[in-house]
Amino acid sequence: MLGIKKGLGESAMMKKLLEIKDIYAEAEGNEILKGLSLTVNKGEVHVIMGPNGAGKSTLVNVVMGHPKYKVTGGDIYFEGEKITDLKTDERARKGLFLSFQSPEEVPGITVEGLLRSARSAATGKPLKLMAFRKELKEKLELLQFDESYATRYLNVGFSGGEKKKNEIIQMMMLNPKLAILDETDSGLDVDAVKIVSSGVNKFKNPENAVLIITHNTKILEDLKPDFVHIVLDGKIVKTGDASLVEEVNKYGFAEFKDIAINS
Amino acid sequence: MEKKKTVVEDSDRGIYDIKNKDNFSYKSQKGLTREIILDISKRKNEPEWMRDLRLKSLEVYNKTELPTWGPSLAELDMDNIVTYVKPKTDMKGDWDQVPDDIKDTFEKLGIPKAERESLAGVGAQYDSEVVYHSIKEELVKQGVVYTDMETAINEYEDIVKQYFMKLVPPEDHKFVALHGAVWSGGSFVYVPEGVDVEIPLQSYFRLNSPGAGQFEHTLIIVEKGAKLHFIEGCSAPKYNVTNLHAGCVELFVKEGATLRYSTIENWSKNMLNLNTKRALVEKNGSIEWISGSFGSKISMLYPMSILKGEGSKAEFTGITFAGKGQHLDTGTKVVHAAPYTSSTVHTKSISKSGGTAVYRGAVKVMPNAHHTKSSISCESLMLDDISRSDTIPVLDIQNDEVDIGHEAKIGRISDESIFYLMTRGISEEEAKAMIVRGFAEPIAKELPLEYAVEMNNLIRLELEGSIG
Repeated sequence: MLGIKKGLGESAMMKKLLEIKDIYAEAEGNEILKGLSLTVNKGEVHVIMGPNGAGKSTLVNVVMGHPKYKVTGGDIYFEGEKITDLKTDERARKGLFLSFQSPEEVPGITVEGLLRSARSAATGKPLKLMAFRKELKEKLELLQFDESYATRYLNVGFSGGEKKKNEIIQMMMLNPKLAILDETDSGLDVDAVKIVSSGVNKFKNPENAVLIITHNTKILEDLKPDFVHIVLDGKIVKTGDASLVEEVNKYGFAEFKDIAINS
Repeated sequence: MEKKKTVVEDSDRGIYDIKNKDNFSYKSQKGLTREIILDISKRKNEPEWMRDLRLKSLEVYNKTELPTWGPSLAELDMDNIVTYVKPKTDMKGDWDQVPDDIKDTFEKLGIPKAERESLAGVGAQYDSEVVYHSIKEELVKQGVVYTDMETAINEYEDIVKQYFMKLVPPEDHKFVALHGAVWSGGSFVYVPEGVDVEIPLQSYFRLNSPGAGQFEHTLIIVEKGAKLHFIEGCSAPKYNVTNLHAGCVELFVKEGATLRYSTIENWSKNMLNLNTKRALVEKNGSIEWISGSFGSKISMLYPMSILKGEGSKAEFTGITFAGKGQHLDTGTKVVHAAPYTSSTVHTKSISKSGGTAVYRGAVKVMPNAHHTKSSISCESLMLDDISRSDTIPVLDIQNDEVDIGHEAKIGRISDESIFYLMTRGISEEEAKAMIVRGFAEPIAKELPLEYAVEMNNLIRLELEGSIG
């Protein structure tokens, strides 16, 4: 990727969605991200891998602007605009979306209710209810959810797999420019992974991008990544193509540790 | 990033805060004296027994101490409360005959509209007297009576005399004694045996006069096998002086009868709300309370169900929202006085900006009440670190063959839930409002639609404000 990036011209600039420039961030006083840089262009699928504690979840939270994380250096740009200081909802309205690793249970708010509020917040216009309902029904079917899930309280009493599928439904309904999937495949059985990946494949188009954070590689069998990044100790230590996944599968992250130490 | 807090000033409560000019045809002197009470009784042209009840109540009031528990009522100065304010109209059966300022107020509160769309009868009280009453002709034909208390005393004196303040006697506590002395207005409902009143009746109580008290009396008798849904609404605009509400509700649910009593109290924050409500339920009868407490500076409200007959049931669903400067002490009491009785209590409270919401409840099982079932759940949500929430449940169980469950949860609004909703493009303010509405949703769905809408509006009003 690094080689390709150097040759990008003016038109390619237009393709740039997310650009993280040398970001440093801390949570509760501990520095976790230590100069991480990453560029995601339209039409690309990126995968971030790394052992526990490497900073993957921090990266996701920092990109979304979680108030618990403090950016101490560097900047984040989205479609060329600096978003480092924007609030989470403002970032979301610009087209960022996060599928949570452990989605929150929120009693009293239905799946449909959330999506209606989110849709109106994004468009600033009143919702066309009939069309909205039809669209939601289609997405529910696609993810093999019973229609009744629309009227259930957000993630309350959902199984682990249902929670993840519910995230994908939200992603499809909100149609973001960049979808970040944080460990979406963890805790899912093989069939559920297939359903989720088919949802993500339906969502993907040349105008948007997907950033997948994952521990394991099941989801990557159906979602072909363009770039794979290895994160260690708060930095990207190696970037490659899909073949990097196999390398990790064979040897784990140990060999990259040397790179991290020597860099 | 520092943790953010929502700061809310005493918000503009919109339509609820519209003040009319203090027009009245008669107003008592401030304070509470024998003369004032005799004067009220004379103006109402009451029978002797009622006048005597008032005088006896005054005596009880004078020798009864303030409660020694709950919020402090030190600021209440009865010498500064006007107990009787007669509006400039008699009771009408046609909104067009109600004076414009009063009619406009009720229009803005949506009463005539609700009457046209979803009610079988309406009563509207303005200050101390009922200014409008209506009931559908079909109900009259079935023998249903729905009118103001004053008319009831004239036309159904025997029934009123048999029940009035028999369930809640003046000796009960100081503010019931006060009520007995100065009560005025309120509703009387009589549903004959076997009649199912399918569409709700609604009484609305509006207190407009600054420094005044409202003491309406509601007496409902649902005869054997009959059914009724009664809705009560209350509000007042905000003044800088203390207003007082000490109403009294007596509900008689006879064998196999069902009564649902829904209330949203939305008093202004200069109001002391010391209200007493009680139901007596006979064999296989059922009382369902739906209770929303929103406004007032201080509320002490504990609707009580006495399950007197075998197999009788009580259900209490309540929500309390205490904002800045509010101390709302609410709950319910159930007395299981017969075998095979059951009760369900489900309450939620929300406190914010330094408000205090307390659940105070009691379940008493009498020695004879075997096979009693009772389930109590109380949930509290505190929206910040300066607000308070307490749960004070009392269980007094005098029979071993009982099935009692109690569950209490006190929690805070979760930062992670707010973040989750914000990642969907929803602003922090709206995310908080959604979470609070979600918390209240199980209660809201029990309310009549227009009250559910009102409750959501109230939550929105309470949560509006600058963030930072």
